[in-house]
Amino acid sequence: MAILVDSETKLVVAGLTGREGSFHGLNNRRYGTDLVAGVTPGKGGQDVEGVPVFNTVHDAVKEAGANTAMVFVPPRFAADSILEAADAGIELVICITEGIPAHDMLRVYTHLKRTDATRLVGPNCPGILSPAKANVGIIPAHFFSEGGVGLVSRSGTLTYQIGNELAQRGFGNSTIVGIGGDPVVGSSFIDVIAEFEQDPETELIVMCGEIGGDEEERTAEYIADNVSKPVIAYIAGFTAPPGKTMGHAGAIVSGSKGTAAAKAEALEAKGVRVGRNPTEVADVASEALARSA
Amino acid sequence: MDLLEYQGKQLFARHGVPIPDGKAATSVENAVAAADELGYPVVIKAQVLIGGRGKAGGIKLAKDRDEAERHAAAIIGMDIRGFTVHELYVEKASDIAEEYYAAVIFDRGAKKPMVMLSRMGGMEVEEIAEKDPNAMARLHVDPLVGFQAFHGRRLAFEAGIAEDVIRPVGALLERLYQAFIEEDAMLVEVNPLLVTGDRKVVALEAKVTVDGNALYRHAETAELRNSGGEDPQERMARERGLTYVKLDGNVGILGNGAGLVMSTLDVVAQAGGRPANFLDAGGGSKAEEITNAVEVILSDPKVTAVLFNIFGGITRCDEVANGLITAFGSLDISVPFVVRLDGTNDEDGRKLLADAVLPNVHVEKTMLDAASRAVELAGDPPPEGAEQPGPPAGAGASADPEAGAE
Repeated sequence: MAILVDSETKLVVAGLTGREGSFHGLNNRRYGTDLVAGVTPGKGGQDVEGVPVFNTVHDAVKEAGANTAMVFVPPRFAADSILEAADAGIELVICITEGIPAHDMLRVYTHLKRTDATRLVGPNCPGILSPAKANVGIIPAHFFSEGGVGLVSRSGTLTYQIGNELAQRGFGNSTIVGIGGDPVVGSSFIDVIAEFEQDPETELIVMCGEIGGDEEERTAEYIADNVSKPVIAYIAGFTAPPGKTMGHAGAIVSGSKGTAAAKAEALEAKGVRVGRNPTEVADVASEALARSA
Repeated sequence: MDLLEYQGKQLFARHGVPIPDGKAATSVENAVAAADELGYPVVIKAQVLIGGRGKAGGIKLAKDRDEAERHAAAIIGMDIRGFTVHELYVEKASDIAEEYYAAVIFDRGAKKPMVMLSRMGGMEVEEIAEKDPNAMARLHVDPLVGFQAFHGRRLAFEAGIAEDVIRPVGALLERLYQAFIEEDAMLVEVNPLLVTGDRKVVALEAKVTVDGNALYRHAETAELRNSGGEDPQERMARERGLTYVKLDGNVGILGNGAGLVMSTLDVVAQAGGRPANFLDAGGGSKAEEITNAVEVILSDPKVTAVLFNIFGGITRCDEVANGLITAFGSLDISVPFVVRLDGTNDEDGRKLLADAVLPNVHVEKTMLDAASRAVELAGDPPPEGAEQPGPPAGAGASADPEAGAE
């Protein structure tokens, strides 16, 4: 088992004929992901190394049986691409694109919640990897092996850092989910942690948050009431000054709101262990796993 | 991206939000001409992206040409909490019957726009909340339905504003909401929202933050990039397309990925040091990109050591090493570098650096060791809080306290 992507995943890539889209899409196929189609309007009938390209996501669903979409198109077209995938009946859309206007995401988010048929992960995220099963996105899979740690994060490289430290201590992952660094993302920590709680392969959950918004605080409440598995947290951005966007569009301390200290405190108040740095997170997680083994 | 008051007001005017007559000026001469044209009395207002303008003497009432000239000359070039005044806004003075507060904010928690109205304007939001927690009426708007007349009525009644202006205030809120949506704003704030002696409703202040990711569809706003008060390193970085934030320490930082860089700043602080900057090189590992980034970091004279923290995912450590070697060849570098390469092709990268024998470059394998080493090499950080410009506050914070000064 794993969550969200696995051997049942039939992937269509929006933007497969682009440079990034083809590089990562084919990389995902080499990992073993069942890449069934690409979509580029006007290039229907062509193929990318044997992967058929369609004009619309609807065609990719009808002709190739796609059930998962990865969006790799430029920011100004991304909201449209997500909505097209949802309209075509795709169950899971993973949006890698960074730089989508926040108001676009507000409308997309509200629409998807209302129709409640499509789960969106991202945007501005590295994707989802279920080691030994499927990789959808840009996560460098060679660091990760199968195991019991469910990893969910707002950041890409920080996830690789923590995942790699766990791997060095001999622990693998059930699934790694990048939820994205934008102010409005399709899936929250809570959405993903709820999946990990249900997943038999996941023994322990690591969540990796950062400054901005109040998702981590809400998650702390949720964990206290709903999660039986151990959760270890990390929060980045203790040294971030207020009012400055730290790389990710969503990583900003507004006035006194969204600080790393407040998030760590909220999590600890609910009994979630918070590591001070990636190494400590891996140490604490290893101890917890060793105890339960 | 934050707009200056007059830019916010011009944006308001485009969407039918009523504002007092006014003109922007960049010289004393222009300001006086604007005042003559508007008719006295006028208010001369410093245009900087920071609150507290009134207290700093950046907002003055002028009842005649003489005073206008004197005030304009005093305000232009003035330093307000680290921001130099390059522009003035000359506005026809308003008579004040009531001061309210109105705002639309992008509520990322609720994932909806939130409209706010209070009858207690002219002070900071926190101050309003402190004086009377019930004084701020708040309402979320469904982004797919939009602002309706009933939203305006509910807010007006809940906020307890004067009955004779309920209709015009509701109309103003509707236009403010339109401006928020159509301009891709993250914040539009009017504090104070004024009711004049003859019961007209006008926006006396304008604080507007727009989404930088949406500028491609707002050509008019995109041209307004306010470099006045922008930190010189931050401007240099922006012009080179780098994601850089200036901080006040002495350890220069470069990493790949926003989360990893934030984490790097934190471990430097944990090791007893103070980071000089945030710089996310993203996937950039080419020699030119690294040379660019190093130049920006070293243009900050406070930097006494530099920490490179790379975890190679898609980025290959050997490419980063080659980039750094080339950068050292083309730049005159006198401060020590600590380089941590881990991840994809890390061994090759470390070997390349070892073979190149760069002067004063220290290679470490782990993030924590690298941070400690960099802090040790950087020496004592500069005194706390030394000349760091105060950042403009984010959503819902610090409305200009001088707003009631007129």
